[in-house]
Amino acid sequence: MGFNARGVWAIYKFELHRFRRTLLTGLLTPVITTSLYFIVFGSAIGSRMTEIGGVPYGAFIVPGLIMLSMFTESIFNASFGIYMPKWSGTIYELLSAPISAFETVLAYVGAAATKSMIVGLVILVTANFFVDLQILHPFWTAAFFVLIATTFCLFGFIIGIWAKSFEQLQVIPMLIIMPLTFLGGAFYSIDMLPAAWRTVTLFNPIVYLISGFRWSFYGKGDVSVEISMAATLGFFGLCLAVIWWIFRTGYRLKS
Amino acid sequence: MRAADNQSTDSAPGGGFSGTAQVPVISISGLSKTYQGGFQALKSVDLEIRKGEIFALLGPNGAGKTTMISIVCGIVTPSTGKVIADGHDIQRDYRAARTKIGLVPQELHTDQFERVIDTVNFSRGLFGKPRNPAYVEKILRDLTLWEKRNNKIMELSGGMKRRVMIAKALSHEPDILFLDEPTAGVDVELRRDMWALVHQLRTSGVTIILTTHYIEEAEEMADRVGVINKGELILVEEKATLMKKLGRKTLTLNLAEPMTAIPDGLSDWKLTIKADGNELEYEFDANAERTGVPSLLRRTSDLGIAFKDLNTRQSSLEEIFVGLVSDRKGEK
Ligand SMILES: Nc1ncnc2c1ncn2[C@@H]1O[C@H](COP(=O)(O)OP(=O)(O)OP(=O)(O)O)[C@@H](O)[C@H]1O
Ligand SMILES: [Mg+2]
Repeated sequence: MGFNARGVWAIYKFELHRFRRTLLTGLLTPVITTSLYFIVFGSAIGSRMTEIGGVPYGAFIVPGLIMLSMFTESIFNASFGIYMPKWSGTIYELLSAPISAFETVLAYVGAAATKSMIVGLVILVTANFFVDLQILHPFWTAAFFVLIATTFCLFGFIIGIWAKSFEQLQVIPMLIIMPLTFLGGAFYSIDMLPAAWRTVTLFNPIVYLISGFRWSFYGKGDVSVEISMAATLGFFGLCLAVIWWIFRTGYRLKS
Repeated sequence: MRAADNQSTDSAPGGGFSGTAQVPVISISGLSKTYQGGFQALKSVDLEIRKGEIFALLGPNGAGKTTMISIVCGIVTPSTGKVIADGHDIQRDYRAARTKIGLVPQELHTDQFERVIDTVNFSRGLFGKPRNPAYVEKILRDLTLWEKRNNKIMELSGGMKRRVMIAKALSHEPDILFLDEPTAGVDVELRRDMWALVHQLRTSGVTIILTTHYIEEAEEMADRVGVINKGELILVEEKATLMKKLGRKTLTLNLAEPMTAIPDGLSDWKLTIKADGNELEYEFDANAERTGVPSLLRRTSDLGIAFKDLNTRQSSLEEIFVGLVSDRKGEK
């Protein structure tokens, strides 16, 4: 047996089944949140800030909004997926099963990414009710979409393995990812910032992800799309490397 | 005095088992484990489990039983040593090894929100086996869980949850089954069922390694017994041989007339007065060159002590085990 496909499928199905139990809240939440963003940002603020670089403000924030939800969803789903068995003790079964580290990650991250992509699509569809959307480079949109969902799920997986408590599970998304996302150009173009702040912002990796994704919609980004893609791939590779190290050393999984 | 024994000491040990299958299905060599923090839970253990046997691992709390099982099953990484399961190194060739092994851990770890049938099907898939509804149904029926198959695990009683864990462990048709305290917190009737199940599994060729604190369980089920204490395997023996070798016997004389004190003439024997002076008890080593029984009987008749009846009793595994562990404590 070179590849335990049935094992991967079993975990994948199990995880999606877990999501299905909370399907309604899981999908209603992003719909409501997105609608609220459009009411607050799109209507209230957008009425005074008609366009950014030729894109109506309401449409401008859509790619950022999708990314925002996908970061949160991916990290939350993937970290919970692996933290729960650790916490409840059912991880014994995973550790005693003939399944490799790669297969385990594939199954958990695959399931979490599936869910966050569903959420991303729901937001896209919801946004379409509020504003006119156009996607100039659908191939790039899809590439960023899948890659970013996967990367953040890998990142969430790492957090889930690292966390020793529910509090630790929340701390990185709350203290690091949230601020970086809000400062990452989801709601504005970094060109609108004073020069000094613009330079500081360029150290925020989230800027590159959002910029690239937005470029695929409107053909305009804060940085070039190649740089965005390189940053995305770099983050992806970094997460893979950390996970490889975790499994090689058994870090926090086996005593 | 042989005739007086109600349990003959020279009946064949090990039942029909010994000699039939000596192929080790698991061989553990030089296995030790030092946990983070420096505690050494296992100290260079060597052990061979024979194909098709029921092996009982006994030992006090914290002896290292679960640690040893967890290493073989891949949950804990060993510090040193090697384990071969069914011809496969558990680390290098973990896929092949783990496919053969089923584990029922000591603690009840279940996915509370899942249905019984789903969780069992999940386990089977996780171990790479194709769906087999008929087989899963059979396991659930054997474990009297079939009626509960559509219930969520959180709706089951503790004993039922433990049976769900057994069903999960059996779902991929393992050849080797580890049961870490399978009957902890299980009522008497269910325990009998469990014993029957274990025997049935053994008949179908499954090798079973179990730990237990109920000595009567080992006595009832095991072919061989291993005793582990403070991380060291201090004894491995055929159950019957163990009982014969280490078994202490007690001779009880039912006195015709009660006595209040042991007569001076009997002070050479370690005697105790029992049952309000109606019984005289003598504990002896059945394997000793001289048991002291014939001379005791001669002396009693010399002293004119009459008895109505006499019988001997062999000590249980529990008594043997307590003796062993406390001896060890004494050494240190
Ligand atoms: N993850 C761990 N980290 C540190 N020490 C541990 C760990 N797991 C077990 N130990 C220690 O190792 C020793 C052996 O534990 P183990 O669980 O193997 O005992 P046991 O024989 O199964 O006991 P019991 O009969 O109570 O189940 C104990 O002293 C325990 O405290
Ligand atoms: Mg234990």
